Amino acid sequence: MSRWAVWAPLAIFSILVGFFFKGLTLDPGAQPSALIGKPVPPFQLTDLHTGKVLTRQTLPARPFLLNVWASWCITCQVEHPYLTELSDRLPIVGLNYKDSETAAKNWLAKLGDPYATQIFDPSGRLGLDLGVAGAPETFLVDSSGVIQLRIQGEVNDRVYQRQIRPLLETLK
Amino acid sequence: MIPEIGHFALVLSFAVSICLATFPLYGYFTRQQGFLATAQPLTLLQGFTLAVSFGVLIYGFLTHDFTIKYVADNSNLDLPWYFRMSAVWGAHEGSLLLWVLILSLWGVAVALFSRGIPVHMSALVLAVMGIIGAGFLAFMLFTSNPFVRILPFAPPNGADLNPLLQDPGLIFHPPMLYMGYVGLSVAFAFAMASLISGELNSMWARWSRPWTTVAWAFLTLGIALGSWWAYYELGWGGWWFWDPVENASLIPWLVATALMHSLAVTEKRGLFRSWTLLLAIAAFSLSLLGTFLVRSGVLTSVHAFANDPERGVFILGFLVAVIGGSLTLYAVRASKVSESGEFGWISRESFLLFNNLILTVMAVSVLLGTLYPLLVDAMGGGKVSVGAPFFNAVFVPLTAILVSGMAFGPLSKWRQADDPRLYRPLIVTMIVSVVVGLVWPTTLGGEYSIATAFGVTIALWLAIATAVDFVNKARSFGGIRRTFARVERGMIGMWFAHLGVAIVIFGVVMVENHTEHRDLRMGVGDRQQLGSYEVRMTDLSVLRGPNYVADQATFEIYRGDRLYKTVSPQKRRYNASGMVMTEASIDSGFTRDLYIAMGEPLDGGDWAVRLSVKPFVDWIWAGAFLMGLGGFISVTDKRYRQRAVEKQPESCVEGAKA
Repeated sequence: MSRWAVWAPLAIFSILVGFFFKGLTLDPGAQPSALIGKPVPPFQLTDLHTGKVLTRQTLPARPFLLNVWASWCITCQVEHPYLTELSDRLPIVGLNYKDSETAAKNWLAKLGDPYATQIFDPSGRLGLDLGVAGAPETFLVDSSGVIQLRIQGEVNDRVYQRQIRPLLETLK
Repeated sequence: MIPEIGHFALVLSFAVSICLATFPLYGYFTRQQGFLATAQPLTLLQGFTLAVSFGVLIYGFLTHDFTIKYVADNSNLDLPWYFRMSAVWGAHEGSLLLWVLILSLWGVAVALFSRGIPVHMSALVLAVMGIIGAGFLAFMLFTSNPFVRILPFAPPNGADLNPLLQDPGLIFHPPMLYMGYVGLSVAFAFAMASLISGELNSMWARWSRPWTTVAWAFLTLGIALGSWWAYYELGWGGWWFWDPVENASLIPWLVATALMHSLAVTEKRGLFRSWTLLLAIAAFSLSLLGTFLVRSGVLTSVHAFANDPERGVFILGFLVAVIGGSLTLYAVRASKVSESGEFGWISRESFLLFNNLILTVMAVSVLLGTLYPLLVDAMGGGKVSVGAPFFNAVFVPLTAILVSGMAFGPLSKWRQADDPRLYRPLIVTMIVSVVVGLVWPTTLGGEYSIATAFGVTIALWLAIATAVDFVNKARSFGGIRRTFARVERGMIGMWFAHLGVAIVIFGVVMVENHTEHRDLRMGVGDRQQLGSYEVRMTDLSVLRGPNYVADQATFEIYRGDRLYKTVSPQKRRYNASGMVMTEASIDSGFTRDLYIAMGEPLDGGDWAVRLSVKPFVDWIWAGAFLMGLGGFISVTDKRYRQRAVEKQPESCVEGAKA
């Protein structure tokens, strides 16, 4: 092999290392979502508490969080106190995902209910349309019902400060 | 107290590996035999201390020692004993320990079976493996120690093993895969040893060939097991997802396959020397890269059980040291390799060159597809994902080209330009396979599939071409039994492996193009037609397992009026983690699998149910198994056994018989 060609593998590897290093500093939790920039998919489900029919049109007309949760999900319990804290700052719509009515109601009765409305989705149909991989997941939706951000896993202060708040400020 | 023994053994093995990484090298450069000679005992000691450490962790799991954080995080009082065993490698820390243990066992094997190799060479090989071991042990001790304790308030019960991993598949998949990944370190170490010593002849190729083949065989089986596990456990019914972690094992496999073939050329003909060195470095480097991708969370995937950026920085640093160092050494030394010897443009050398070229292109495209999202993200382009369409578009045509080469290759001869008459049998087999391939889809009913016709044609062509090669050999040896007794085992291994490839391709083509798949709503008493079967749901019940609660549906499968089988898939909710898992029920058969899985509960007590008939899906794993078997057969070749015999005069008689 020629004197210069033998250095090519090292050069290629060095470039890759640069990218890897950059990659480490990026947040892998920020999942790509085909739905970002698209409106919340149409749905027709009931309110967990009142049994009233909820649709896309009944969603809040200001930026809000759509939080996918279930009583069987441990992480949902973990993020619950923080969501309660957040609910003073912006409305949170709950999407009770693949859950039973009694379990969900008991859970809220026990831990408190920070949700403005509670969409009851026992079959996970809306969850499926949203591309939910598991609970918890949280979407930031703007005043016209367009999804701006998707967070998989726990919402905590770090996530709020780094991801939600900057976007929220541009929406207001 | 016991966990401290494990921890202490781990620290000790770190100290040993540092000695192993330095003493033999020091001995080599200062020409002191005493230091060179430490390589073997240090390797054995490292193996021993790691085995102790591993044993202690297993003991901790078996005795529910929840004072060990790792045990508390990954086990549970209700977990059956066999899953407590496999839970040892069910998460990050323990799987690293398994990784290092396997590395040291490969080292022990090299130390014990390298009697025919010059002392300085085997010492250098063991030292290189010691460097890798030291790096991983440091990583473990400083960032991921499995023996961290929760004291004084140990939890009364553990958090349970990830339910995805509570499956017999997990007992074997990681150890097999690691045997493969880590086994490639041997070829790497041989390549490095010859670069360090500057003895760049083809001897290193001869020495490292059997190791590479064994590692490749393990890797093949490990990947196949993983794919099988995903098929029946992830509950999706797919067999390959082009998931980053799957790709991370496929890329080293492709390179290792290339390496195996190019080692043959280097050993037999002394050609492609610097290329083979580069492949040996690349194969192991890509295994390390795979570890980095899985463990650092740089890429997210279904396998991302454990990711943590701090660990990522550490592994990246280690990667830079090992891969960067080896590539630098390569660059400095390889330019001095003189390539001599010529070969005709249609000869075995050129077919193997072709094989290497295609396999490398495949590996690079899978690598690019896997890293592309990361590259775009790093350049500020946001998160994108590269899906199956890209990989299929690249992989399918390349496989077809590769296979056509595989049909010709074994018939070719070394060195000279071949007599075209050699390939005459292939024309006949080509015609036969095209005819059968074109007719085959018409027997399946439904719409005629050109993809199937094409796929079956190449699979059949490869199978027949392999058979033709076998028949040719059998004719010259005079009989099938004598062929198997006399012919090189490497040849037999190749027949098995190539036939395995043909079988895999056939399985893939059939399952991808002719799977019958329905998602339905079903309740008790409902009937559905599925292919030639009728599926009836007869019962829905709730079942309590050792550590989960399951909804179970019972289905009766009828063939005509006769009850063929009763199956009961489940949807489980694991108590400790609350995770929901699908246990599909699969009726495996020679020509098809019946796949029934429960989806979601619907209102009114019905369930969404997924029914599929997957034709020839088991052929994929059967073919892969044949490939692995071929690898193991080829290392039983006489010449690998003979070298050990030369050094053991007392076993001469036995050797002569063999």
